[in-house]
Amino acid sequence: MTYREKAQVLDEAALDRALTRIAHEIVEQAGGVEHLALVGIKTRGVTLAHRIAEKIAAIEGAKPVVGALDITLYRDDLALKAEQPIVRGTEIGFPLKGRTVVLVDDVLFTGRTIRAAMDALMDLGRPLAIRLAVLVDRGHRELPIRPDYIGKNLPTSRREAVAVMLKEHDGIDRVVIQEPTEA
Amino acid sequence: MAWKRKDLLSLQELDAAEITEVLDASESMREIATREIKKVPTLRGKTVVNLFYEASTRTRTSFEIAGKWLSADVINFSSSGSSAEKGESLLDTAKNIEAMSPDVVVVRHKASGAPALLARHLACAVVNAGDGAHEHPTQGLLDLLTIRQKKGHLDGLNVTIVGDVAHSRVARSDIHGMRKMGMTVTVAGPPTLIPPACQELGVKVSHRLEEAIAHADVIMMLRLQHERMEGGLIPSLREYSRVWGLSLAKLQPCRPDVLIMHPGPVNRGVELAPEVADSRYSVILNQVANGVAVRMAVLFLLTGSKAA
Repeated sequence: MTYREKAQVLDEAALDRALTRIAHEIVEQAGGVEHLALVGIKTRGVTLAHRIAEKIAAIEGAKPVVGALDITLYRDDLALKAEQPIVRGTEIGFPLKGRTVVLVDDVLFTGRTIRAAMDALMDLGRPLAIRLAVLVDRGHRELPIRPDYIGKNLPTSRREAVAVMLKEHDGIDRVVIQEPTEA
Repeated sequence: MAWKRKDLLSLQELDAAEITEVLDASESMREIATREIKKVPTLRGKTVVNLFYEASTRTRTSFEIAGKWLSADVINFSSSGSSAEKGESLLDTAKNIEAMSPDVVVVRHKASGAPALLARHLACAVVNAGDGAHEHPTQGLLDLLTIRQKKGHLDGLNVTIVGDVAHSRVARSDIHGMRKMGMTVTVAGPPTLIPPACQELGVKVSHRLEEAIAHADVIMMLRLQHERMEGGLIPSLREYSRVWGLSLAKLQPCRPDVLIMHPGPVNRGVELAPEVADSRYSVILNQVANGVAVRMAVLFLLTGSKAA
């Protein structure tokens, strides 16, 4: 299926402001970075986690640890996919025990990715708490999962797609809604 | 790049992009071995049958661990003490196993082509775990993974394979895989153990060990089967060891960063001097560790997608 752009939701400045606000909220609730960890879900969640960590460093003077989680091995839809997804590997170089882990992802949709990410985290250790930060919450949850920190609430229809573009991957910072080209 | 194959039968049939895909997935699987809880739920509810018609400890155990770390149910079937001894044919055995709905059958057989035969008749995925003198693709892949980890890349490297190339399925998988990844391969051994037409696989042939290993980045020593001597292909183990065995003295003029590999089991004192097998050049145990990761990747790639 091919998509065409329907509307721009966030531009570079708005995206940056959203991340700044999330960083402030995380710090406020965590009360410091000592027992805090940001874990991005590959691929764009990792980039967002690093950006939020930089912003927290600017606010607090200390940077929280950042990890990367690949949830491919924990998906519940492997058998439904026409193509085998690529395993990219998990890189979490710190113990989770006793830490508040903030999972970071670009778009929250059905919630299945987050379910898989929580299972993956639990296999790696026992965090004190797991929280969820997403740049865009587009609705249509299929599981009882709700984000703690949201960049933008975005009502969408199921047939639309939300594309998060980041400089590190796409050369530009913006979020757009796309719709299928055929009716 | 997306995996499209139902089976893994040889490296001859894979292209460089497919090999790279398996190696990349293996790299991710290695991390699981470092965890306290070495299990991911990926293949929950899938069944892997190890169908081994030839003795094997390392390969069977490696597939078993790989399956279990991915949460598959792994069943081991060995030909001794089974219906095969009562005269059941390979296909009949396989059809009976298929009736129990496995997702993957891993097969080792003394006949070249046995896995390909099964692959044609079974709906499930078939993995060749060594067939006769044909191929041992997961060994070839784990060798490539080990070299890539140690050297950082594969293309342009010089590899010398020493020993009984003629009877070695490992050598055949290595040669196909290495040539596809842009490596230069030299085979070396007594003329009786080098296949006459092996230049057609794009390898150089040498009949002097010292010359063959002088510029090698990797030296792959093959196991010498004792039966070869009885077959009159070599005069004696002692002579073979003197001429073709790798000692520290023969390694002296080689590259200081040369890797010594061996598919196992090692005949200490025959093809490899014990002090070489245990030296800093040796990556033999890395090969074994990587074997589990490669087999996890293969099971994952063959079971995950619906593509057919």
